[in-house]
Amino acid sequence: MPPKPVFLKVIDISSFTLLLIASAMVFLYAPMEAVMGNVQRVFYFHVACGWAGFIGFTAAFVCAIGYLRTGDLKWDIAGLAAVEIGLVFAFINIVSGSIWARPIWNTWWTWDPRLVTATIMELIYLAYLMLRQGIGNPARRARFGAVYAILGFISVPLTFFSIRIWSTIHPVVIGSGDPEAKGAFDMTPRMLTTFLFSLFTFSVLFVDLYWNRIRLGIFGERIESLKMKAMEEA
Amino acid sequence: MPGGEAELAGQPPALRRQAGLSPGRLYLRSIAAIIWKDMRAELRSREMLASMLVFALLVILIFNFALQLNVRERTTITAGVLWVTFAFAGTLGLNRSLAVEYDRGCLDGLLLTPVDRSAIYFGKAIGNLIFMLVVEAVVLPVYSLLYNQNLFHPGLFAAILLGSIGYSAVGTLLSSMAVQTRTRDVLLPILLFPLAIPILLAAVKASSGLLQGLDMAEIWPAINLMIAYDVIFTSLAFMFFENIVEE
Repeated sequence: MPPKPVFLKVIDISSFTLLLIASAMVFLYAPMEAVMGNVQRVFYFHVACGWAGFIGFTAAFVCAIGYLRTGDLKWDIAGLAAVEIGLVFAFINIVSGSIWARPIWNTWWTWDPRLVTATIMELIYLAYLMLRQGIGNPARRARFGAVYAILGFISVPLTFFSIRIWSTIHPVVIGSGDPEAKGAFDMTPRMLTTFLFSLFTFSVLFVDLYWNRIRLGIFGERIESLKMKAMEEA
Repeated sequence: MPGGEAELAGQPPALRRQAGLSPGRLYLRSIAAIIWKDMRAELRSREMLASMLVFALLVILIFNFALQLNVRERTTITAGVLWVTFAFAGTLGLNRSLAVEYDRGCLDGLLLTPVDRSAIYFGKAIGNLIFMLVVEAVVLPVYSLLYNQNLFHPGLFAAILLGSIGYSAVGTLLSSMAVQTRTRDVLLPILLFPLAIPILLAAVKASSGLLQGLDMAEIWPAINLMIAYDVIFTSLAFMFFENIVEE
């Protein structure tokens, strides 16, 4: 097993440190929002997780195209890694949104276009994992996975722009949203700094997790081929 | 690729002359041949349509008790009930139509024929569309009879047609994936439903709008969405079908 690259170690440590700083900023540096109170602090990590989820699914889309063009299984490992990480972040995004919605919208869940598209996106990528699980042949698994990742990617821009296309109660903090939205607010400079810092932190965190997960995938594949070799010799 | 030209180019010229057709006509002919094959097989066995129809009627029956379809509720709910029925019956047919090809090794035979892969896709997809339309053609009058609601509305037929096109276009592609996995039948709905939600939503919206006699201005967005979905997913399936069937 090759040792961990030094740069990866650096990212490991820095993403952990950044996360600590970001948490401190969210709780100590950012001012309390006047109307919503402390629960508004969910916003910083909520959006950042959504952002990381979008990066993950976009990376999976790029990897899928890469695989179909080259047929190199490395693209497939990277694609699977991107989907897995994207799913986790998108899930945290939904759960944190739900925690915020309880006091602000007075409900954990509502069938709003943003919430629906985000759920469909999550389900599509869950289906992606289930599809892969049912296929034994690695090349076929990679091929089917790539096709499904490309088809499913349509849900990603749809989710991103849903609050800008349809009338929805989900607030749009950046750019102008629907006046019907409940819980919108204007950011003060300190809030904006915290927000941008969270986005940066989660981007670094994403890169860190992604790199580690790809490494794991490569090792997994190597073990798989060693097993095959051992079985042939036996 | 227009009309399987590349495929034909590799064939001996005698075959081309014998066919005596332009590549475009030949392409259409091979699609028609695949559809005809499916229809003939179905006419002889009648297993797929029969199960789809019985299943569709059972779904309506269950809805009747689950939702207490009384007169007042019916006007708003009918479109939803119909589309859930079509979608469920559709999955049944989609699974069967591709499973038959794989189980008996027929797909290998199809792949060996000198036609473009996309012709096979369109043949299967149109075949599935026809089966769905047959089921719908039976379910609609039965539903109107059972619930005393007039469903004879040309606009509704158009909405159903548009919805079914998108559903069978993406369904055919996904079921040719699903039948090649270990979990097969279980997997198709899981793969298909999240991707089909946009078209089902639009179809329900358009159908219920038409049935309630809403203004066309309110219905057009849903119809446009269906057209866009049909075009996008048919072309995506056209592009990727080859990746699914090749070995």
